Amino acid sequence: MAPLPLARHLVRAKDLADARYYESLSVRDLAAAAGLSQAYFSRQFKQTFGESPHQYLLTRRLERAASLLRTTDWSIAHICFAVGAQSVGSFTTSFRRMFGQTPLAYRAMYPPAEWHVRIPRCVAQAYGRPQNRTFREDGVTAAP
Amino acid sequence: MIKIANAQFWVHDQDEALAFYTQTLGWEVRADVTMEAWNFRWLCVGPAGQHDVGLVLMPVPGPPMLDPDSSASLAELVAKGAGGTLFLETDDCEASYKELSARGISFNDPPTAQAYGIDTSFRDPSGNNIRLTQVLEFDPSRS
Repeated sequence: MAPLPLARHLVRAKDLADARYYESLSVRDLAAAAGLSQAYFSRQFKQTFGESPHQYLLTRRLERAASLLRTTDWSIAHICFAVGAQSVGSFTTSFRRMFGQTPLAYRAMYPPAEWHVRIPRCVAQAYGRPQNRTFREDGVTAAP
Repeated sequence: MIKIANAQFWVHDQDEALAFYTQTLGWEVRADVTMEAWNFRWLCVGPAGQHDVGLVLMPVPGPPMLDPDSSASLAELVAKGAGGTLFLETDDCEASYKELSARGISFNDPPTAQAYGIDTSFRDPSGNNIRLTQVLEFDPSRS
């Protein structure tokens, strides 16, 4: 059987970053998925895809973080760890470098998540009705 | 054109369901918003790469939406697997089976050849059925 082209090995690593970005993946893990030494893998990855594996993984995490900032009400720390970042400080620094503003400032640019998700009318009707209210007509026998 | 935006499963525990669909199945969070005044959480997930369809994970409602007996009955029906089925497709059923098994999913049955392809199934933590199919050209002799 003919050996697989190098790009096929590199795509395995790229797929892993896309699929498991939220785990504590490192470039070493990506290189292992490709079956290559870390230094050789990093050089070849950049040559093939135009960015380093570290940058690819980081931008995947930041893209997901930006989405979660827009579509959830999770805290910054929750989002940071949900996308596989290891510390809030370095996450915030990376986010600011990529998007030009802090995660909080980024979130403030968008409507609140509850507007974005457009809660369906049936849900609003079911859950939005006032509860635990009593009215004077409760318990009153209707007049004949 | 009318298209499917979101489908919905009843779940017993939204945190448990969120962990399953994201950490185990590998899906993405589409929305997670808690409406404090309504005591309601809108939680929607979906597969990475298929952004125009989501699965809403709704808690089994209690009063005043459902009376206690109906709520308990619904929770029991979901646990029994009568809550519904989500039909997924994969381009390699055997590979998906191995990958998801390694990630802790317990399948109801191994990948099995059918006339329409190869498929298998598993359940989410609440009992909802999820069928995973690799569609192949129809061949009655395969089943």
